[in-house]
Amino acid sequence: MTISVTMTVNGQSVTRDVEPRTLLVQFLRENLGMTGTHVGCDTSQCGACVVHVNGTSVKSCTILAAQAQGAKVTTVEGLAQDGKLHPMQEAFRENHALQCGFCTPGMIMSAIDLVQRNPNPSEETVRHELEGNLCRCTGYHNIVKAVMAGAQAMRG
Amino acid sequence: MTNQGIGQSVRRKEDFRFITGQGHYTDDINRPGQLHAAFLRSPHAFAKIRAIRLDTAKKMPGVVAIYTGQDVAADKVGGLICGWTVKDKKGDPHKAPRHDIIAIDHVRHVGDQVAVVIAQSLSQAKDAAEAIEVDYDVLTPVVDVVTALKPGAPQVHPDAPGNLCYDWEFGDKAATEAAFAKAAHVTRIDLLNNRLSPNPMEPRSAIGEYDPGTDTTTVYTTSQNPHVLRLILCAFVFGLPEHKVRVIAPDVGGGFGSKIFNYPEETVCVWAARKLKKPVKWTSDRTEAFLTDAHGRDHVTHAELAIDKDGKFLALRVDTKANMGAYLSTFASAVPTYLYALLLAGQYTTPAVYAEVKAVFTNTTPVDAYRGAGRPEATYVVERIVEAAARELKMDPVELRKKNFVPVDAFPYQTPVACVYDSGQYAKALDEACKAADYAGFAKRKAESAKKGKLRGIGFCAYIEACGIAPSSVVGSLGAGVGLWESGQIRFNATGSVFVYTGSHSHGQGHETTFAQIVSDKLGVPIENIEVVHGDTAQVPMGMGTYGSRSLAVGGSALMRAADKIIEKGKRIAAHLMEASVDDVVFDKGTFSVKGTDKQVPMAQVAFTAYVPHNYPADLEPGLEASAFYDPVNFTFPAGVHIAEVEIDSDTGVTTVANWVAVDDFGKVINPMIVEGQVHGGIAQGIGQALLEGVVYDKESGQLLTASFLDYCMPRADNLPSYKVGMIETPCPHNPLGVKGCGEAGAIAAPAALMNAITDALGTEEITMPATPLKVWKVIQSRHLAAAAE
Repeated sequence: MTISVTMTVNGQSVTRDVEPRTLLVQFLRENLGMTGTHVGCDTSQCGACVVHVNGTSVKSCTILAAQAQGAKVTTVEGLAQDGKLHPMQEAFRENHALQCGFCTPGMIMSAIDLVQRNPNPSEETVRHELEGNLCRCTGYHNIVKAVMAGAQAMRG
Repeated sequence: MTNQGIGQSVRRKEDFRFITGQGHYTDDINRPGQLHAAFLRSPHAFAKIRAIRLDTAKKMPGVVAIYTGQDVAADKVGGLICGWTVKDKKGDPHKAPRHDIIAIDHVRHVGDQVAVVIAQSLSQAKDAAEAIEVDYDVLTPVVDVVTALKPGAPQVHPDAPGNLCYDWEFGDKAATEAAFAKAAHVTRIDLLNNRLSPNPMEPRSAIGEYDPGTDTTTVYTTSQNPHVLRLILCAFVFGLPEHKVRVIAPDVGGGFGSKIFNYPEETVCVWAARKLKKPVKWTSDRTEAFLTDAHGRDHVTHAELAIDKDGKFLALRVDTKANMGAYLSTFASAVPTYLYALLLAGQYTTPAVYAEVKAVFTNTTPVDAYRGAGRPEATYVVERIVEAAARELKMDPVELRKKNFVPVDAFPYQTPVACVYDSGQYAKALDEACKAADYAGFAKRKAESAKKGKLRGIGFCAYIEACGIAPSSVVGSLGAGVGLWESGQIRFNATGSVFVYTGSHSHGQGHETTFAQIVSDKLGVPIENIEVVHGDTAQVPMGMGTYGSRSLAVGGSALMRAADKIIEKGKRIAAHLMEASVDDVVFDKGTFSVKGTDKQVPMAQVAFTAYVPHNYPADLEPGLEASAFYDPVNFTFPAGVHIAEVEIDSDTGVTTVANWVAVDDFGKVINPMIVEGQVHGGIAQGIGQALLEGVVYDKESGQLLTASFLDYCMPRADNLPSYKVGMIETPCPHNPLGVKGCGEAGAIAAPAALMNAITDALGTEEITMPATPLKVWKVIQSRHLAAAAE
């Protein structure tokens, strides 16, 4: 049995027939072939799969594709506009906030949501808010720096 | 050009694809006609397989094949190997029991492979795996080394009596005993080095693919060393010719050692793909990763340090029991032996060192190299016991260390445990670290904490590690089954851009940038015109891979040799173009010139001429490319000092890392930004080991109790401080770049520094890693009770 799911991903309307148990992250990776969103665990701890659903960060391994029916989904692939990187992407590169790059898409998506809710976060706030995103490479030092710098850039 | 070369914090070339979601990790790859594999794994730690019934599962939708160990045996597939043979005290080789890629008659740890389902989709494969029925005779397991060594303990393998893999010794036992006999003071310590799960964020993944037309097998996999994996698969497991197997390790999301090894899963994918003539893909989920990725550490150690009346170390005696898990993993045997005992002299002039190591099989996941591999365990022993000795002798731990450091004028320094340290400035690093940590102001800060009812402690760790593994002749004499050189190739294109091929592999280390910097610096080519290629045996001719902080010291050195050959050939072409004698041509910053004249030609013109050789030396081959191999003459010995300062809440037992200072000596630093990032990550893993992480097995059932991120505490951003990272540069004298390696230092230094700080705050050595709030609180409570009773 399959169901038809329609949503807008990075500004494009997409419709696919999928198994009802299909997770949003599987829908993105397997049905749409958008592999920028990663899977690093199976208990919703690591945050590698974070995307935005209707503007809010969501662990895409935690909801069914069917639950995103009609939603506007943004993934890391949709951040850069007209060839220009999002300020948070720039901040991650400038501050060496990534090493292997695997956690990076989820980390950037969480960071953007964090700053949208809290435009001028303290270091303590950034560390607390990133609790749901695991990185094994950087020790978070440069990620925290990047999020602070990204926040400043987003404030303009 | 000036801001791209050696010593510059060049922003990473690889980052664009990662920050835009355009990386290509193994699980991102899908091949036409691909099938999916799911493993049925043992729910028991130790059991005999009585029967496996596949009838129901085989009829499930989408199922293409189900294989068990009997099918593997029927195809005569070899077991997995251990590539390093350690000889025991008697000179006999270690016990390496058979390790089948799917269990045949017994399962020996929870998660052992019992069957594999190959299906059209992953969910179909998983559904069918759940429908397989297995009858087990459940046996009593053993999970810890102390129990496993007791008489009458369950026997994990019939061909390893007493569960002993080897009983090994190193160092001068007689000299050590003699030193203890005349010691004025002996400090003793018992230590547990907790078992860790490496947990790179990208789980392991593999695709096996077979092309019958060319009889070629391709393996896409999450490997730190694709050529080594090819060698093992071809020469030992399948008996395939190496030229018919291609291993591709594309973007790899962290390794930390766990992706060095040859595992059952990628081997099964290759075997099944060849049988079915269809690509077969498997990707680990996180629980499978906890169950099957090789773990790290897990040592039980007693150590004794003999000291004379002036505080000089006379001898160190170490007795360690190392848990190997259920099978001997690819390099497991070397970790608690040659990567451990040879570092027990630390930064000190201790004249006699003797170590005994018993390696023990248990019903747990195999244990192998994890970031630091043996060296964190050695550093933990040395730096805990030195700090404990300072406390017993009521000496300043800084002064005690300085009294015993190898002095700057003693290099090259021969230790009593085989190593010849290349270069270092140990006291300078300690002094700089003390200054950065404001050691002088610690007593005041401790008093301020006490006013708030909090305990404050400071801990030191002066670590040393052996990196740049390794002189092939040395490791060969110690039992390694491979050479440990590295290879590199530099190929100019006609239009002046450059391909750099390296046999080392980047899975977060930033080789695409650092290696481009060293080639840019040497040959004067802008880094944007340099493409570093790695991770594909069909593109990179040869390689040994990345582990042991070896990439730059060995792989980078190979590239410097290749660059020298490019310059030599370039001089001949340039001499021809400038109508000069080759001996008069010099090369500097990308330009060939004739000494004492203003004649010059740029490298780009030389490269163009090499491929469009219309006006060219008659006796010279066209083309501009060079390969080189580099086999180091010695290990490199990075060293440094980390200082941890903690504040402990007496009411809750929560430890806060108040300050962290690192002063490391990695020799010459190519990209400080990348090196600092490596140090940060290493420290985080070391803090994780000391405060948060620990693999726990249930002693009775052998169940893995920490099989998800819910149960295994990975460091989060809010568990960790910002770090103050400083560096001193004492170049390595024996490689062309003067580099030593930086990838593991933080993980080596941090656990001892942090535990020394915690034990300083608590006033007792009696606490084990991870020092969780509960453990710390219990120590504080027991001391309160003891104080109340007095």
